[in-house]
Amino acid sequence: MVGLSHYLILASLLFGIGLYGVLSKRSAVAVLMSIELMLNAVNINFIAINRFLQPAQTTGQLFAIFVIVVAAAEVAVGLALILSIYRLRKSVDLNDFNLMKW
Amino acid sequence: MTMTIQNLVFASLGGITVLAALGVVLSKNMVHSALFLVLTFLGVGGIYFNLGAGFLALVQILVYAGAISVLMIFAIMLVMKGEAGGSNPPGPSLGSRLWGIYLAVLLTLGLGASIWFSQWAPGQAAPPGDKVKGLAGLMLGNYVVAFEMAAILLLLAVVGAIILAKGDEK
Repeated sequence: MVGLSHYLILASLLFGIGLYGVLSKRSAVAVLMSIELMLNAVNINFIAINRFLQPAQTTGQLFAIFVIVVAAAEVAVGLALILSIYRLRKSVDLNDFNLMKW
Repeated sequence: MTMTIQNLVFASLGGITVLAALGVVLSKNMVHSALFLVLTFLGVGGIYFNLGAGFLALVQILVYAGAISVLMIFAIMLVMKGEAGGSNPPGPSLGSRLWGIYLAVLLTLGLGASIWFSQWAPGQAAPPGDKVKGLAGLMLGNYVVAFEMAAILLLLAVVGAIILAKGDEK
């Protein structure tokens, strides 16, 4: 029987993979992709908890929709920032973006 | 019998999702990473269907697998230099990569153990009926301010993205 724990463990696996990508990738686009993985893991949590603990309501699904909206906005702005800094630096390697580091 | 089928569906969807997510972070080719990302989004959409959230699954397929992945692939094409192979290298040093693996495994094990040993309230059966109706009622009822703010946020983000990506007028 597949229960709540299975979905939550699947979500934490996805979150861990995304965390690894964020910490160890060099390309800024790959880091954005990993952030998307982590946001998807959070959405699975919202919907699974909604389904198993409060099946009469849909608040969890509503919050997942808001997460999707914010993620779409974040991807649009993030990719525009990457394009704009690529024009300046001719690179998307995060190690080259040390402009504000001292 | 139905339990077995449900187990099988969950196992195959979860397996596809996790393997595709591993492909996103481990693939050396950026374009392959993007295609694995589409597969991950589709797998997550299937999990939403499995959880009885059909509307969310369709939104996931439309917004993530449709729009966001196309945006990602456009960005990859615009910033890629030369060959696609080796365009998505892992971290520069072994140390930073091991640090990333260590933190990710630690987090996953910690979360997994605490989930596995928790007691959940017994699951209730989902009441039959239209989920979308409840969703719409919440969206235009209790959460109408958040709904309108989300609309404004999307508009501002898209206009800002256009301004940022257009660059200076020379």
